[in-house]
Amino acid sequence: MIFSMQAISIHNIQKSFGKVMAVNDVSFDVRPGELFGLIGPDGAGKTTLFRILATLQLPDSGNASVLGYDVVKDYAQIRRRIGYMPGRFSLYQDLTVRENLEFFAAIFGTSIEANYHLIKDIYSQLEPFKNRRAGQLSGGMKQKLALSCALIHQPELLLLDEPTTGVDAVSRKEFWDMLDRIKGLNISILVSTPYMDEASRCDRIALIQHGKILSLDTPDGLLRSYKKPLLAVRTASMYRLIQDLREYDQTDTAFPFGEYLHLTTKDRVGEGAVADFLQKKGHEKIEVKPAAATVEDCFMALMQ
Amino acid sequence: MGTAISAIKLTKKFGAFTAVDAISFEVQEGEIFGFLGANGAGKSTAMKMLTGLLSPTSGEGSVAGFDVYKQAEKIKRNIGYMSQKFALYDDLTVRENVRFFGGIYGLKRREVLEKTERLLEELELQSVEKQLVGSLPLGWKQRLAFSVALLHDPRIVFLDEPTGGVDPITRRQLWEMIYKAAAQGVTVFVTTHYMDEAEYCDRVSIMVNGKIEALDTPGNLKQAYSAGSMDEVFLRLARG
Repeated sequence: MIFSMQAISIHNIQKSFGKVMAVNDVSFDVRPGELFGLIGPDGAGKTTLFRILATLQLPDSGNASVLGYDVVKDYAQIRRRIGYMPGRFSLYQDLTVRENLEFFAAIFGTSIEANYHLIKDIYSQLEPFKNRRAGQLSGGMKQKLALSCALIHQPELLLLDEPTTGVDAVSRKEFWDMLDRIKGLNISILVSTPYMDEASRCDRIALIQHGKILSLDTPDGLLRSYKKPLLAVRTASMYRLIQDLREYDQTDTAFPFGEYLHLTTKDRVGEGAVADFLQKKGHEKIEVKPAAATVEDCFMALMQ
Repeated sequence: MGTAISAIKLTKKFGAFTAVDAISFEVQEGEIFGFLGANGAGKSTAMKMLTGLLSPTSGEGSVAGFDVYKQAEKIKRNIGYMSQKFALYDDLTVRENVRFFGGIYGLKRREVLEKTERLLEELELQSVEKQLVGSLPLGWKQRLAFSVALLHDPRIVFLDEPTGGVDPITRRQLWEMIYKAAAQGVTVFVTTHYMDEAEYCDRVSIMVNGKIEALDTPGNLKQAYSAGSMDEVFLRLARG
């Protein structure tokens, strides 16, 4: 067990709530020191999996170990060694920033001073507000405080359940920069997110939908596995473009991706043929070019 | 086309803190207007003033032709609203939700019935009409919530992060519904944290520290900030 011990090892975990199969036969490993992303929409089963790994919920079947300890038998060992940041803000709203941090340090038998180096970068941004109640903080600051509290006992593994949900694009980027630095401290990280553009910040990712893992790979490996011919199309009117391409007999899928629409076709149709079709439909400023797949393209192809 | 929303130096102060600092803009009828900004930039406060939930400290504003100070109730009755956080009652069925919101907006019994049938058919939800909304997949719920927000045929609809957390296909289905509504003349005022969605808007405003720092079409904004995407524009502006 000691040699090549995985940070997390999950084998055929299953968990249902009534008729809903939240986690359906999930297996994967997170390696020591790895930043592993669990990527999928709300309701995919991410939170249930986190709760099982954090020893807050029992699986119906299958088994999992965290830092070499069994999630059912050795829960006490695991709780001491992990930092868990739930998706919902779970600190004490009526304690101040400083009091929350002191509390979490104290229940793990340590002090802010002893582990200050771990949280320095993050907490220094909160220090001007250290006497403010946690409930009064903005979303971005709550998130930084929650991460500080999850780190203060020097865990070997961080479980971060949707830390960036509802957070603006700039704060999200800053948060991932923080995770990079934490990774440098030799802490393994399992993080979930519904934002597919964050996949590239992870060492490896698992795409999850309806409780099942759709794919497990490095971000580059996932993108390389996308084999369909993909075109980026743009004209003066996106709405008309969507409607007309839905009618096109060669269209497999047509979905907007920012300023372009991503088109997959049934046969390998040339750019010229698509442009001709759009010309006949009366479109202006037509642009058709080959496109590189994004994580969302891959996810959509896998979920269909 | 007329003006659907207008704000002139609209301001909201909480004590010494100015949450919204003299913002001015107009939204045209049938326009998809993206309202962006970092957390804490003042978006929610601005939206509360425009939806009649919060009285401004100073400045002028009108929505659907009604004054934000004196006619807040009329504004509420004449707009649609949908947010990611709250949209429908989980413990009512699909049909009960539609009937409830129809009633709230003062639709007649027969109107509610007709609209319910049409809505269930359009969304292909007939087979689940008697199921509790809480048991539906999130994607279905959000598409239903959007349709319910348009049930009383409002001329303006406010969407507060309508696509948060939904899967990539549903996210695009929702945007197609938004396009369709706009094509029928409904004005759409929408917030999002997905920067690719900023590209789907006719015009986009970016709020920073209570002020509107930029307002233009996505194309012009990218040009003005020599940026390849709206994501870059946002990253450059949002921290002030």
